Amino acid sequence: MANKQLLLGDEAVALGALHAGLSGVYAYPGTPSTEITEYIQEHPLTRERHIHDQWTANEKTAMEGALGMSYAGKRALVCMKHVGMNVCADPLMGSAMTGANGGLVVAACDDPSMHSSQNEQDSRFWGTFGMMPVFEPSNQQEAYEMTRAAYDYSEENGIPVIMRLTTRMAHSRAVVTPSDDIRPQNELHYPAHPKRWVTLPVNARVRNRELIECYKQFEADAAASKFNALTDGTDHSLGVIACGISYNYLMENYPDGCPYPVLKVSQYPFPRALALKLAEMVPTILVLEEGQPLVETQLRGVFPTATKILGRLDGTVVRDGELSPDDVRGALGLPALPTLAPSQVLAPRPPALCQGCGHRDFYTALNNVLKTEYPTARVFSDIGCYTLGYMAPFQAIHTCVEMGASFTMAQGAAYSGTWPSVGVLGDSTFTHSGMTGLLDAVNSKADVVLCISDNLTTAMTGGQDSAGTGRIEAICAGLGVDPNHIRTIVPLPKNYPDMERVIREEIEYHGVSVIVCRRECIQTARRHASKK
Amino acid sequence: MKQDIILAGVGGQGILSIATVIGSAALEYGLYLKQAEVHGMSQRGGDVQSNLRLSTEPIHSDLIPRGTADLIVSLEPMEALRYVPYLAPDGWVITNTVPFVNIPDYPPMESVMAALNQLPHLIALDVDAIAKEVGSPRSANMVLLGATAFCDFVDPERLRDGIRRIFGRKGEAVVEANIQAFNAGLAFAKNQESL
Repeated sequence: MANKQLLLGDEAVALGALHAGLSGVYAYPGTPSTEITEYIQEHPLTRERHIHDQWTANEKTAMEGALGMSYAGKRALVCMKHVGMNVCADPLMGSAMTGANGGLVVAACDDPSMHSSQNEQDSRFWGTFGMMPVFEPSNQQEAYEMTRAAYDYSEENGIPVIMRLTTRMAHSRAVVTPSDDIRPQNELHYPAHPKRWVTLPVNARVRNRELIECYKQFEADAAASKFNALTDGTDHSLGVIACGISYNYLMENYPDGCPYPVLKVSQYPFPRALALKLAEMVPTILVLEEGQPLVETQLRGVFPTATKILGRLDGTVVRDGELSPDDVRGALGLPALPTLAPSQVLAPRPPALCQGCGHRDFYTALNNVLKTEYPTARVFSDIGCYTLGYMAPFQAIHTCVEMGASFTMAQGAAYSGTWPSVGVLGDSTFTHSGMTGLLDAVNSKADVVLCISDNLTTAMTGGQDSAGTGRIEAICAGLGVDPNHIRTIVPLPKNYPDMERVIREEIEYHGVSVIVCRRECIQTARRHASKK
Repeated sequence: MKQDIILAGVGGQGILSIATVIGSAALEYGLYLKQAEVHGMSQRGGDVQSNLRLSTEPIHSDLIPRGTADLIVSLEPMEALRYVPYLAPDGWVITNTVPFVNIPDYPPMESVMAALNQLPHLIALDVDAIAKEVGSPRSANMVLLGATAFCDFVDPERLRDGIRRIFGRKGEAVVEANIQAFNAGLAFAKNQESL
């Protein structure tokens, strides 16, 4: 009883990794993954065992750091939101080729319905793509146990394991009973297969064939996994394949037990053998999966089959967005429960920049200059709190695509004739993926005004350390920006005249200008004040 | 026993402090619990909710199905209305009456209150005023929790124990202020019901 803990799915993954003998966590903050690393940072074992726990510049450096730790025989964890998987795709795909030495787990937290994201890509596809196993827990206890199991699996099979969570799993708390068995950390030891780690074609060709064979074994293991289960039912008119947390939504609708045979899937590659067994029992299979129709696509061929397949592709399940018990209820053909009518007295309440936030003052000054004096201006922005500058009353930005795209898109637009062409990103996004774009601008002598709205933290995800704090101007100068055109301003209403003058001057300078607009995030400032 | 609770409010109001106390009490009770939270962008002044489920039986879904919530507990009156389709036909709404106006098109308060008053079971109270009255101006959330305790979903004393556990490290004065606020909320709800 005393051992029971109330943990977020994210925290259950973190605790599972700590108890599995973790030596380092490598991560860039991103909703809904941030709490994994934060939990590890706060945990006493981390200090006791000197576990590496610092935020990295981006997901690529995180993945590479963890891979180095795995090479050295230690157990490492990489955490990120789903779109971070794109940033680290190169080392991720490479890590399947090198394989893992010390256990390597990549926690990818997907955000279907885009609560706090720009797309709803499904990280399970990386498993199929890179020929790696994917674990997808259905509840918090399983998140703890599967993370531990993932480390053993990774070492036994010499392969990184992707741990896939979705928002509801990551950010929902439940009681978890952890094991008393806390495994020691690994000793330093180097790979038994050194050739794999040098992916020259001569080695990579050999490894690729080996990996293709391994992937068959991963599927056989998934079919035998205790995390996957085929249970029979009393009604054989329908069978259900329920992946990850969609299993919970299925069971929610049948308090007395599901009448249909159910294949619960939490470990991939998708175990086709179990699906074939299910197909022998039922004429129709409903596929429930959180995210994109990965399993459904794998089941559904071009040619007709005897088994009818229902899911997101045929419209039985809603095509996009996260699942809910109600969506699943509809897909099962159960009548909707009676509800009160939605209220007519409601206004949407979108998120907004905090009152007193420095981004507000920056956008106000920028608008004061651009909207009247430079109506042809375009503002290329980026991912962070400052993306909310799109909303009224600012309506200050024209684009937001992915981390770092502001500085580079501004250059492309400038070369296409856009003037003024303005880039806006935050300090953490700058060090994540903006620095290389700034180097491009310097090298091509682009006519751009690149603004870094520096609040000294990674604010949107709750105020994690930002990789370049205190060194932003030095980094810009080091990349070759003319120091005369690295301007620093403090975003406050009383400074509007100065801010506007600087913005105007740098627009009129036909080269690379960097404007650093710096004031501490008011959320972290409040926290710092209350600590004192 | 099962209790499905939707906690609602505006990002930054601190609905999770209410969830934390209930969660602590439920854990001590040995109840099963699931609590889906909102992190990320919406915390910047957007609408936020948390699905809190307690039960003596294992709970499957982290999300509450529509038409089944026993309680909607809201720190903001219009936000209480947002989740009405999730409320069970005999469910209760316990809400703060003070609007949080950070949008240009906030509906007239009379319409908001009229819509709330049409609900089958409503407890509406000005949690800030009550918190101030009992000298605990920073404990408005606990006033709301106290009013919620009126619905007897968990023994109020267990919730007080939860407050003691959660706020204990902030010192006795903070615990006491929160207990006072909790008691005032509970008393208000009892009084309103007996009217």
